[in-house]
Amino acid sequence: MTAISPAVAPPRRVVRLARFRDLALLPAILVLLLVGVLIDPVFLTATNLTNVMQQQTELALVVLAEALILISGKFDLSLESVVGLAPALAVVLVVPAAAGGFGTGWATALAVPLCLLVGAAVGAFNGLLILRLRLSAFIVTLGMLIVLRGLQIGITGGQNLFELPPSVLYLGSAVWLGLPASVWMTGLLFAAGIGVLGYLRQGRALYAIGGNVDAARAAGVRTDRVVWTVLIVGGMLAALAGLLMTGRLGSVAAAQGDGMIFTVFAAAVIGGISMDGGKGTLFGALCGVLVLGLINNILTLAGVSAQWIQAIYGLVILVALMLARLTTGKAQD
Amino acid sequence: MTMPGTTAAVEASGISKRFGATVALADARLTITPGSTHALVGRNGAGKSTLVSILTGLNRPDSGTLRFDGEPAPAPADRRRWRQHVACVYQKSTVIPELSVAENLFVNRHAEAVPGARSPWIRWRALRAAATDLLDEYGIAVDPARPAGDLGVEQRQLVEIARALSAGARFVILDEPTARLDADAIQRLFQRMRVLATAGVTLLFISHHLHEVFDVCDTVTVMRDARWVLTAPVSEIGRDALVDAMTGEGAGSIAPPSRQPITGTAPAVLDVHRLDLPGGYHDVTLTVRAGEIVGVTGSGSSGKVALAETVAGLRRAAAGTVRVRDVPVRPGSVPAALAAGIGLVPQDRHREGLVPLLSVAENATMPIGDRLGPGSVILPRRRAAVASEMVARYDIKTGDPAEPVANLSGGNAQKVVLARALSTDPDVLVLIAPTAGVDVRSKQTLLGAVRDAAAAGTGVLLISDEIDDLRHCDRVLVMFHGEVTAEFAAGWDDAALVAAMEGIR
Ligand SMILES: Nc1ncnc2c1ncn2[C@@H]1O[C@H](COP(=O)(O)OP(=O)(O)OP(=O)(O)O)[C@@H](O)[C@H]1O
Ligand SMILES: [Mg+2]
Repeated sequence: MTAISPAVAPPRRVVRLARFRDLALLPAILVLLLVGVLIDPVFLTATNLTNVMQQQTELALVVLAEALILISGKFDLSLESVVGLAPALAVVLVVPAAAGGFGTGWATALAVPLCLLVGAAVGAFNGLLILRLRLSAFIVTLGMLIVLRGLQIGITGGQNLFELPPSVLYLGSAVWLGLPASVWMTGLLFAAGIGVLGYLRQGRALYAIGGNVDAARAAGVRTDRVVWTVLIVGGMLAALAGLLMTGRLGSVAAAQGDGMIFTVFAAAVIGGISMDGGKGTLFGALCGVLVLGLINNILTLAGVSAQWIQAIYGLVILVALMLARLTTGKAQD
Repeated sequence: MTMPGTTAAVEASGISKRFGATVALADARLTITPGSTHALVGRNGAGKSTLVSILTGLNRPDSGTLRFDGEPAPAPADRRRWRQHVACVYQKSTVIPELSVAENLFVNRHAEAVPGARSPWIRWRALRAAATDLLDEYGIAVDPARPAGDLGVEQRQLVEIARALSAGARFVILDEPTARLDADAIQRLFQRMRVLATAGVTLLFISHHLHEVFDVCDTVTVMRDARWVLTAPVSEIGRDALVDAMTGEGAGSIAPPSRQPITGTAPAVLDVHRLDLPGGYHDVTLTVRAGEIVGVTGSGSSGKVALAETVAGLRRAAAGTVRVRDVPVRPGSVPAALAAGIGLVPQDRHREGLVPLLSVAENATMPIGDRLGPGSVILPRRRAAVASEMVARYDIKTGDPAEPVANLSGGNAQKVVLARALSTDPDVLVLIAPTAGVDVRSKQTLLGAVRDAAAAGTGVLLISDEIDDLRHCDRVLVMFHGEVTAEFAAGWDDAALVAAMEGIR
């Protein structure tokens, strides 16, 4: 075969933007740490940082779920309602009627598996509507969000559930080797996710599907099956997030997870996940979560009044997006 | 064509397929003997690509049977077994823009990049090395770490070809692989194909360039209107007979009518003065007069496409000016070029040409929205009328102008792009390979439309390396390594032109 014709320039070493995009948030995180220290010396204490991390685990897990779904080119709004409904449903199935349960009297050991099962079932049902009936993921999961929220209010009568079996509380409150169990689990799940998406054929398939479904199918990827799996895993991660939140707060609030999905999208997008699919990394998404968590903590420590925190938080998200655009030179979509 | 005693490598019979109201295949059949290089030809929309999608298992036929080496085709969901039987370069791009070139070459078969690897974990370094080897072997000069979305049309096509040919299947389908390649790359591809054929690989080759069929194929199957028409050894069928079979008419091929030379007093509509783009072209000056068709040709590295894209505003030159009717055009802006009266048929219809989910009518009438009703209002009925007129005039094969343009066959989509560029009655028309993927007969229709536009006073800059397209030009400029090296007046000699394209003077 003839070699490259002389007119063609030798391959240009292009700086890999994707690499940089991954690390783009590290400077921001360093700056935030610095600002934190300057504002309040309490900031850098192990207790505070552990707190920040533990509070972010729930968000982080839902972001992990949403990132996987976004990378494969789909969308899931209903994750936030799974955060509330999954633990609530699991709890009412195992606690006695006096504590607000159904009186089914199932073994309390079943609570955790039940909770995850609810998440998986919601993901599977979304998948059925999106993949089999070819409905828009946005509309399906928006409908699901409303239905599940209503369902939770229906079965709990709009009440918070306080009397929880220890099995439900354990994961969100236990401490393993000096760190909250939730931090360990979130860290391990992210590590696993990064490994799978970066180094396994099945993980790369998510990028292929999100980038060009037809091409992925032509290359032999069983696209529907992969997306379905991702939606189910996403549901389970959201359910786990709900479980951790329940354990941390000691109850299932009637509005648990309410409004969370906006922060989830903000973190994912700041972290470089594209809303169009096929782009972004889980490491980036995790950085996005950390940035938001630190900002939140700093605003609280700085004594910003609760009335203003939301506006400032929203503003910071917009600024972060603009910075992300500037640092990479590529449009964020 | 199965010989007694041999099993066909591929045998499809009685294949039917409908898309809604469109019958894409009706009792189509195809039999390919092992090791042969088989051509599939037919007009745009004849059903070739649909048959391909059935042969690769992407679409299921409504009825009919398909066998590979005598065995029934695998179950639709068993993608792994399909891949063992058949590899394919699809007509529509299957490059994943966000992923690197290396990963695109080995998408969903990462393990094959590292022979003997046991673990399921991908070894990126080894994968990139394997990709580099593969790219070198095919003479593709790109960095494997670059996102594939950065590549040009031709390089992307080469990546797809390298991917399909390296997959190790014993049956490889190439759906119009040459439509977007230059002459050198085509020759390299043919050399590859011959090597594979010698090694016993069965090939199915689709092209609208009939001379290519005679070049590399041993057998040809013709399809027309979703049906099988004939299968014959290429040595026993002439070019005219082939065209007759494709069109169903007895007219054979027709030579383009000769053009009236334009008068010396016609004003210049396009003035390109000392245009320069490092890495593209160097110090190009040219003029196109009203009513004139000027061809620009050259190999893939000649800079002809970059030049045309600069004129149309897709690129910005480092130096020099572009003027339309003596008015300078703001460089590097497509809207400015459009406003100045420059119409464009881009090279990449998927990226710059069409909005896939909008209807044929909407795509075709997009730039003339202001003429379809009072103010900004678009009257659906008027749009439909204009669109139907375009469909008829440009011979676009579509069931209904309201169907999404994504449903059209490749050549018909190309016709929509051209129809749209002509719809604005531009002063200057820049056409980049306007007949890529268009069948022999439709080429005549399209180029006829271009000539009509020229007759009405449009200046045309036609970028192409197809000799047949260039015959319609009043003069042809040849570019070589970014410079205009020769000019030929109508009536040029083929051999001299080809020699100039290759830089031999
Ligand atoms: N997904 C689809 N939905 C609806 N119609 C379709 C679809 N795919 C193909 N068609 C129609 O089926 C017919 C055959 O199309 P096909 O792409 O097979 O033609 P082709 O022979 O490959 O043409 P070309 O030479 O232009 O590539 C066309 O009329 C086309 O509009
Ligand atoms: Mg086709």
